[in-house]
Amino acid sequence: MLGRGLLGLYLSVLVLLPVAALLAKSGSGGLDAFWREVTGPEAQAAIKLTLATSAIVVVINAFFGTLIAWVLVRDEFPGKRYVNALIDLPFALPTIVAGVVLLALYGKNSPVGIDVAFTRASIVLALLFVTLPFVVRSVQPVLIELDRSMEEAAASLGAGPLTVLRRIVLPTLTPAIVSGVALSFARAVGEYGSLVLITGNLPFKTEVGSVYVFGQIQNEDLPAAAAVSVVLLIVALAVLGALTLVSRWRSKHVL
Amino acid sequence: MSFSKLGLRTVALGYLALLLVAPVAMIFYRTFEHGLAPVWEAITEPNAIHAFWLSIEIVAIAVPLNTIFGIGMALLLERGRFRGKVLLGLLVDLPFAISPVVVGLALVLVYGKTGWFGGWLTEHGIQVIFSVPGIVIATAVVSLPFVARETTPVLRELGTDAEQAAATLGASTWQTFWKITLPAIRWGVVYGVVLTTARALGEFGAVSVVSGRIEGQTQTLPLYVQGQFENFDITGAYAAAVVLALLALGTLLAMNILTRRTRGRTTV
Amino acid sequence: MAIEARNVSKRFGDFVALEDVCIRVNDGALTALLGPSGSGKSTLLRIIAGLETPDAGEVEIGDEIVTDAPARTRDVGFVFQHYAPFKHMTVYDNVAFGLKVRKRPKAEIRARVQELLGLVRLDGLADRYPSQLSGGQLQRMALARALAVQPRVLLLDEPFGALDAQVRGELREWLRKLHEEIHVTTIFVTHDQEEAMEVAEQIVVMNKGKIEQAGTPRELYESPRNEFVMSFIGPVNRLGDTFLRPHDIQILTDADGSTSEALVQRVVHLGFEVRVELTLHDGRDVWAQVTRESAEQLELQEGQILAVRLPPPRVFAT
Repeated sequence: MLGRGLLGLYLSVLVLLPVAALLAKSGSGGLDAFWREVTGPEAQAAIKLTLATSAIVVVINAFFGTLIAWVLVRDEFPGKRYVNALIDLPFALPTIVAGVVLLALYGKNSPVGIDVAFTRASIVLALLFVTLPFVVRSVQPVLIELDRSMEEAAASLGAGPLTVLRRIVLPTLTPAIVSGVALSFARAVGEYGSLVLITGNLPFKTEVGSVYVFGQIQNEDLPAAAAVSVVLLIVALAVLGALTLVSRWRSKHVL
Repeated sequence: MSFSKLGLRTVALGYLALLLVAPVAMIFYRTFEHGLAPVWEAITEPNAIHAFWLSIEIVAIAVPLNTIFGIGMALLLERGRFRGKVLLGLLVDLPFAISPVVVGLALVLVYGKTGWFGGWLTEHGIQVIFSVPGIVIATAVVSLPFVARETTPVLRELGTDAEQAAATLGASTWQTFWKITLPAIRWGVVYGVVLTTARALGEFGAVSVVSGRIEGQTQTLPLYVQGQFENFDITGAYAAAVVLALLALGTLLAMNILTRRTRGRTTV
Repeated sequence: MAIEARNVSKRFGDFVALEDVCIRVNDGALTALLGPSGSGKSTLLRIIAGLETPDAGEVEIGDEIVTDAPARTRDVGFVFQHYAPFKHMTVYDNVAFGLKVRKRPKAEIRARVQELLGLVRLDGLADRYPSQLSGGQLQRMALARALAVQPRVLLLDEPFGALDAQVRGELREWLRKLHEEIHVTTIFVTHDQEEAMEVAEQIVVMNKGKIEQAGTPRELYESPRNEFVMSFIGPVNRLGDTFLRPHDIQILTDADGSTSEALVQRVVHLGFEVRVELTLHDGRDVWAQVTRESAEQLELQEGQILAVRLPPPRVFAT
């Protein structure tokens, strides 16, 4: 009982109270004020940019993540173990370091002549870096478990490799890809550390939602910061909530 | 068939090389291109050393707290019978859905000067925001779910038979936890601790908001990287970034060893 | 130590696991709880051990009411269906666990563990880990672990369920002998009537959360109280509302006033026993069990018409 009380206290101090305070602040001026903060030109531009870049990033992740998982499971080549271990690097690497690292190669003094610093492309690049593991790591175990006899059966019935991929493999992988995409999207929407150096934080151009929130905190405009924060929170929760519901529904009705 | 396989391999590895390997290799090259001396000088600079030890201090407080909380919460979620368990599970995972900057803001709204508890804290001479306690809290929030998340499935797989067997043999709840449950879940816990530590060491957004980023006082190592970069001290920024990157590579190594261990155990 | 459960009820959500169950097990007896899955037998065993709490009713061990006592204070030895080995401990440490948490002196623990490992024939395996043992060895380790603390009663949940047929047979006999040696009050749960008949002195037949009948194996076989017990214990022919044991059907070469005609559909040789599938003159199908010897004497052939004498049928009130 004492244990439960302490767990509850810890969770309240760290999560429950702060989230409640955030919601209270965003709603302190009423719904009108909230709406005004969220639809202000700069806030609106930041939110739209966040959603757009996150969407682009998850589409690329869905493709390359699945491809990488495929190569890691079905292909054999020297050093595969190390490549596999490397996939988790973006989770282990501090986000600010991710930003610095990308700038070193794709910034102003790029040795390869590619300079994306302070452009919208830099947002996509940084988000691709930090969200790389999600799709790979959710598709990989499903591919390992995937029964090859199913593919062989399809091939023996006269299906070509592309048909097998489209009709047998991809439908089986779809839930895992969707799950990886949802996690990537939630992460991309809130990302800050990897973007702060490489994007230049230019309003209306490269300023995403989290950067806007940070700016408003610096300006001590807490209601504005809280309002956009709540939007980011709702987007992430909606995506993860939908994922939970879909996977529950699937486990009840498919398996 | 093998031709297309080679093509897929080339595309996948090429993508990884361009996105991950080349940039990380580049920063190591840039850092050490003028030898070790300037790097050594940069990382032994007083503010850098202060930032390093502050980061260690934060980890030393936040990680044990989250480990105890995580194990307790996993036990509660997996072994407890009560209403609202699903909701509690979601609440524990919530920090993963919140932007670090938003975490920082939410903490300011509770513990800041004008926050809910601001008046009371000021009266009692306690400063949370713009000082170390705030950084500890922010770090603890963003790394909160890892241990619970890694421990819960291990507990589920373990089942309750061994714990019940211990009870019928006369062991108390506490004895059962230390002698039966904890040894059985230890690799799951350790894996969670490794992830917590990595996240705690590298946390930037939330700490950036609550710390005030005061050089030599509330500047953690990731904040120091940003500070030096913005002050055009590229060598200092790169050197500190390399220190963090090496810690990250150490984390990766630990994760891989642990994965093999936990897999090895479950296949027995 | 005698065990008694009085008016015990337990439900899990909407599922009624036990409804007003009463049993009494005498001191030193070897009793089987027999029933199909979902009959509540495991739940009853777990309630006696203190691993589940009954919604209503009382449990008594010896002369002590233990209904609200936690499992660890009840002094019961419990052997789990899948043995619940402590995987991170050696065989020695598994068996010593109960003594260690009771803080017994080291020398005493060592002597007791050695004695038990001898009793369950695991002498040489003290330093092995559970993952290095076979199913039968794990089973015996679990038994030694339960017996180490000298429990007042021994409870076993489907003790042979997960073993292959041959090991199962050996262990059954061994358990009976062990019981003769140590004479601790023992209850084991099983869904296998043959196992219950072979090992137990007393059988409690359970179905749908209730006790159908309790008695010696012979009592249950010879005078089952109802349809369920009759069909659960031993083979049975059902003819409408009446029941016949296949070996009570007599096959004769000559008809007389007490016999009727039957057509042989199929003759199945199962070693010593021969199974004869018959269609009676009124069109109903039954099967009879005869020995190989009498089958040869009768020169049974498919398509043959014989005289059969049916025993007085049993009818159970429903």
